[in-house]
Amino acid sequence: MPDVVVIGAGMVGAACAYYAAREGLSVTVLDRASVAGGTTGSGEGNVLVSDKEPGPELDLAVLSCRLWAELAAEAGEPGGFEHEPKGGLVVAESDEVLRALTELAGRQEKSGVATRPVAADELARYEPHLAPGFAGGVFYPQDAQVQPMLAAARLLRRWPGVALRTGTEVTGLLMDRGRVTGVRTSAGDIPAGAVVNAAGVWGGEVAALAGVTLPIMPRRGFILVTEPLTARADGRPLVRHKVYTAAYVTNVASDSEGLETSAVVEATQAGTVLIGASRERVGFDRTVSLPVLARLARQAVGLFPALADVRAIRAYCGFRPYCPDHLPVIGADPRAPGLYHACGHEGAGIGLAPVTGLLVARHLTGAVPELDLAPFRPDRFAGAAA
Amino acid sequence: MTGHDAAYDLAVVGAGPAGLAAAGVAARAGLRVALLDAGARVGGQYFRQPPDGFHASRPGALHHGYSRFVRLRDGLGDADVLLGHRVWAVEPAAGGGFAVHCLKGGRERATTVAATRLLVATGAHDRVLPFPGWDLPGVMTAGGAQALLKGNLVVAGRRVVVAGTGPFLLPVATSLAAAGARVVGVFEAGGRFALAPRALTRPGKAVEALGYGGRLARHRVPYKGGRAVVAAHGAGELTHVTVARVDAEWRPYRRGHETVRCDTLAIGYGFTPQLDLVAQLGCEIGADAAGGPAVRVDRHMRTSVPGVYAAGETTGVGGADLAELEGAIAGRAVVADARGVPAAGDPAAVRAEVRRRRLAAFADALLRAYPVRDGWTSWLRDDTPICRCEEVPYRRVREARDLGAADARSIKLLARPGMGWCQGRICGEAVARLAGEDPGPPRRPIAQPVRLGDLADMDERTSDDDA
Repeated sequence: MPDVVVIGAGMVGAACAYYAAREGLSVTVLDRASVAGGTTGSGEGNVLVSDKEPGPELDLAVLSCRLWAELAAEAGEPGGFEHEPKGGLVVAESDEVLRALTELAGRQEKSGVATRPVAADELARYEPHLAPGFAGGVFYPQDAQVQPMLAAARLLRRWPGVALRTGTEVTGLLMDRGRVTGVRTSAGDIPAGAVVNAAGVWGGEVAALAGVTLPIMPRRGFILVTEPLTARADGRPLVRHKVYTAAYVTNVASDSEGLETSAVVEATQAGTVLIGASRERVGFDRTVSLPVLARLARQAVGLFPALADVRAIRAYCGFRPYCPDHLPVIGADPRAPGLYHACGHEGAGIGLAPVTGLLVARHLTGAVPELDLAPFRPDRFAGAAA
Repeated sequence: MTGHDAAYDLAVVGAGPAGLAAAGVAARAGLRVALLDAGARVGGQYFRQPPDGFHASRPGALHHGYSRFVRLRDGLGDADVLLGHRVWAVEPAAGGGFAVHCLKGGRERATTVAATRLLVATGAHDRVLPFPGWDLPGVMTAGGAQALLKGNLVVAGRRVVVAGTGPFLLPVATSLAAAGARVVGVFEAGGRFALAPRALTRPGKAVEALGYGGRLARHRVPYKGGRAVVAAHGAGELTHVTVARVDAEWRPYRRGHETVRCDTLAIGYGFTPQLDLVAQLGCEIGADAAGGPAVRVDRHMRTSVPGVYAAGETTGVGGADLAELEGAIAGRAVVADARGVPAAGDPAAVRAEVRRRRLAAFADALLRAYPVRDGWTSWLRDDTPICRCEEVPYRRVREARDLGAADARSIKLLARPGMGWCQGRICGEAVARLAGEDPGPPRRPIAQPVRLGDLADMDERTSDDDA
């Protein structure tokens, strides 16, 4: 009998297993499909502090950025997961937006975010191919990128105390007098000391198996991928950092039902340029939306005119797991003892995975967490009591 | 303006036998029809033609169905034939009907064709299985060798080996031999006579097969079953291949390998339907007789999405006769639906349906007679390229599986096969089979690479319309 069963072999589940095993716990990770087959495999691999307002989520992000660097440093194995602390450049379309962005950066500094104002005439030093006419920007050196599928797969392998079982669907929870004591799966029952719900956008369904409610819903995003670009004359990529316009900040926190796009443009180690991502609330609809792709393309070309002649060869979509207050759900569920949650990270699941895993491991071992988990309590949603 | 060129009653994508037949039927009935094809002339792969500049003195010499092609081509009536149009996406249009987004000509100018109804007749492409040396210059698909010959009057090589599985190997070998190549062998991985008992149910095809047999004999081409090319060799270009005797599961026996000198290897393991466009539209996709993907249609060739029809290889690989027949049936259904009358009824339609059932049963029998067996994976070595676009060797696929990739998609996410230029059209089948899956429907929102600038213009167009 393992100490812990983790439901979901995405990035967050992998991080929970990693930190729990590091504390000496034995962990079994279950996934109904494959490693990184859900939202982890449908995103960009963003590790961002720049896009968050000061508050509990930014506190998570600042710590998590550091943890990512540690995880990458201890890797030392060939391949690894392409952790790249390249930094993010947020550019402002007008003086007014620049003032708002600079003001935000000032407040972010107080939360431990490093920021560097970039004047209009300095932008080209950061991004030589950026379109002219931007009023200025802010550079965020902590912003980073990982290859999230490889990261999940490799973290699951780092500790021998972690067993992975793919193709194993959780169909129910074992309950004993209101306490969660294991999982029922398509391949038999697995009793466990604790169960961690890292089912991402399907986290609400897992919670329901314990008779509790988690209001996690899907928010669709499309990402465009270009052809691999050949090395430029100077040997540097066309796009050097994560680059986006300041409009992104308002979109992330938006409650709008409709389409919002604010393209984040970045190059990958495979030579492609990723352009993402849109935000829409349309349920689990995978139908291709050309207008969304067109909007992303226009914004990307607006940032980097040279991209107009670069060809898009792929597009994919994924579903961010979001909660009504845009904060994740992390920690023990007082309504179902033995059940812990680690889901609902919306578009920040890759970035916030290590800190989530660390905090859940603290709960599992009874240690004091590094951060106050109150804002992420599973029972915080009004009217959500079972 | 790059916008809508014209509004048609029907847009047909693909001008092979199915598309030609459908467009002809609909145009002759008075519908406004656009027939789109990526090629420089109509005919598709089956009726591929050399360019006019070649002045082929006997254009029919390479086609046993040339007169049929002429009839189809000349029967297009007033249909607008839009050649050099590569369709990269289709979507439902705002005011009903469909928008067909194309890249036109060598300079890839973006254009959109609007039509009330859409017929997808995009055919199929060669199914490829990797093996050591398959990336050497001189190794090509059987369909590619045939296309070179038909389209450019180029004989692919001087000493040619034809290998793989399925009945298509025979016409490839005979036409190459007739054109002057020395075909040193046809190696069928399945049983040599897998086809024979089935052919009896279809006398015309049996005669055709006997005809190929006779022609192979006349050109002294050995045709051997239970043999597979398990490796290709050469420094920089192909010089020889290893042919192994294989068991019923295609695992090589320890003895019985032979080395065959050749400068060209034409290899084909059947065909995969091109389903990108029907998948974009959300048409229901099912399995063909061998478990491969094929779009589901009713007996009038309507897909599950109203207004979208499919004909030919997209509904299951069945050859040119069946494709042409399905095209004609689809064309009639489009005309009936456009007029708001029932699609069935008249004796000609009943006869066509009976004939289609018979041809489809034969096609299914062929698919079942020439399946791909799992033993091909034993031909792979650690360094055998699986995906050529992203340069992924077999070793990396195995590593991905060891890391927990339990399905084809996860293998792709961890090791990148299928993420490059061809979007998995070449390696997708192999990766699916290595994951232990039947190849599924494609998910390619962008069916052809498209400039970001063209995509961006679409957004401005929409925004202008809104204003």
